[in-house]
Amino acid sequence: MKKQSPSPAKRRGSSSRFKETIVPHLISISAVLIVFFILRAIIVQAEQWPRIKAQFFNLQVIIEVFPKVLHGFGINMAVWVISLVVIAVWALLLAIFRSLNGPWFAPLRVFAIVYIDLLRGLPSLLLVLLFGFGMPALNIPGLPKSNIFWGALAMISSYSAYAAEVYRSGMDSVHDGQRAAAKALGLNQGQTLRYAILPQAVRNVIPSLLNLAVALQKDVALLSVLGVRDAVREAQIYTARTFNYSTLIAAAILFLIATIPMARFTDWVTERDRKRRLQRTQ
Amino acid sequence: MNRIEIEHLTKYYGNKLVLDDISLNVKEHEVVTLIGASGSGKSTLLRCVNNLVDFNEGDIRIDGRSLFDQSFGPAALYKKVGIVFQAYNLFPTMTVLDNITLAPRKVHGKTKKDSENKAKELLRLLDLEDFADSYPEQLSGGQQQRVAIVRAMATEPELLLLDEITAALDPELIGGVLSVIKELKTKGMTMLIVTHEMGFARDVSDRVCFLDGGKIIEEAPPQKLFTTPENTRTQNFLQRIIESGRL
Repeated sequence: MKKQSPSPAKRRGSSSRFKETIVPHLISISAVLIVFFILRAIIVQAEQWPRIKAQFFNLQVIIEVFPKVLHGFGINMAVWVISLVVIAVWALLLAIFRSLNGPWFAPLRVFAIVYIDLLRGLPSLLLVLLFGFGMPALNIPGLPKSNIFWGALAMISSYSAYAAEVYRSGMDSVHDGQRAAAKALGLNQGQTLRYAILPQAVRNVIPSLLNLAVALQKDVALLSVLGVRDAVREAQIYTARTFNYSTLIAAAILFLIATIPMARFTDWVTERDRKRRLQRTQ
Repeated sequence: MNRIEIEHLTKYYGNKLVLDDISLNVKEHEVVTLIGASGSGKSTLLRCVNNLVDFNEGDIRIDGRSLFDQSFGPAALYKKVGIVFQAYNLFPTMTVLDNITLAPRKVHGKTKKDSENKAKELLRLLDLEDFADSYPEQLSGGQQQRVAIVRAMATEPELLLLDEITAALDPELIGGVLSVIKELKTKGMTMLIVTHEMGFARDVSDRVCFLDGGKIIEEAPPQKLFTTPENTRTQNFLQRIIESGRL
């Protein structure tokens, strides 16, 4: 870790620091504001604007329906969080199955390969429909009938296939020397995975996994096709009655409030990870 | 008494012959060094000895027991034979102390307390005690390599393999690592070494083997091999080393 040499601004005192660090920010902010207000003026003057505004941005409608959409959004986020936990574990197991050597592990290896190929090759929506409508229709005693359960299971199945491949790329990216060192210390296959390979593999793929988490965060809305009363469904119910789409905008705003910070967090973790790797190669 | 016996060892990578009918013994307390140009097969030979690399023909015996002996499993083999690598290969997600105590605890069933005491004692000997709780990335290359030596010694091996352990180090850090190895020699450790450091090979070895094209071309005590080599290929190799100022 090298210390950075003092920036030129620091050496020249506070007035030039103002010029070099604050002024560019002020310019950026003003430029963005100017463009924003110009666009706004153009849009608001457009002939169709009042209709668009009433159709999509009707504040009264948004406020009226907001509690229901928010409640639905709570369901989205609950499904998201539970799915994330299950996916993180299940995908890791799949990746481990796929990585195991030796003839006795062939069934697990084949299972993992077939699972990943199938589930990654199918549209999530198709899986949601298949699981969510198909499984409860079987009427098998003992199996849950809740369509949230089956819908979530469909999302978990699909995303686990992706996440398993991410884990696998992480395991492949661990240098061969680490395996050699583990073997030369006498560790067996399981211990090598547990102590040498997996901790590094997981650390290497956290940014990629977070990207998947962001994608899943909005894809949980697919459950609305099953009639699950999530944010999108609640918004649609109102829309179907009034033909006003402002409620969908309400749901959209909620999704953005959740996904944008998550995406920024992912960027931050990715950047930190990149710096760590750079430092190691120095 | 022979501790390592290598007999008619032959190894191919695909169609390429990398080890060509090599036979070599290492006796108790003996230090044997393998030298030769890159690609001469010396590192591959070293890694065959502790089963990190498979070979096609021949046999290797450690204390009389063949690597093919089913009862001579990994735990027994790696208890006897330690190795230090060129790239240190410490586990980056573990502290120095955990790197060192991993094998004693998980492979050889030592308690956490015993293995940590032993590890700290070894770290103290190499002036590394302050780094017990550091992570490998926080250490210099020379420090990491000395930790790797401690890790290899923590299971109390009777044979030590050194695979170009100074090749990745800055020149000023090499001395500290090599003095540790010289210290081990005075304590009677049996070692098989691959190195490009000819001065070190001359000082520490009882016997030096020059490899070329997967064969041992010449084998002699260092005083003889480095001053009056018999084979012309050995002479040419040493001539190039001397010209580049490395001896």
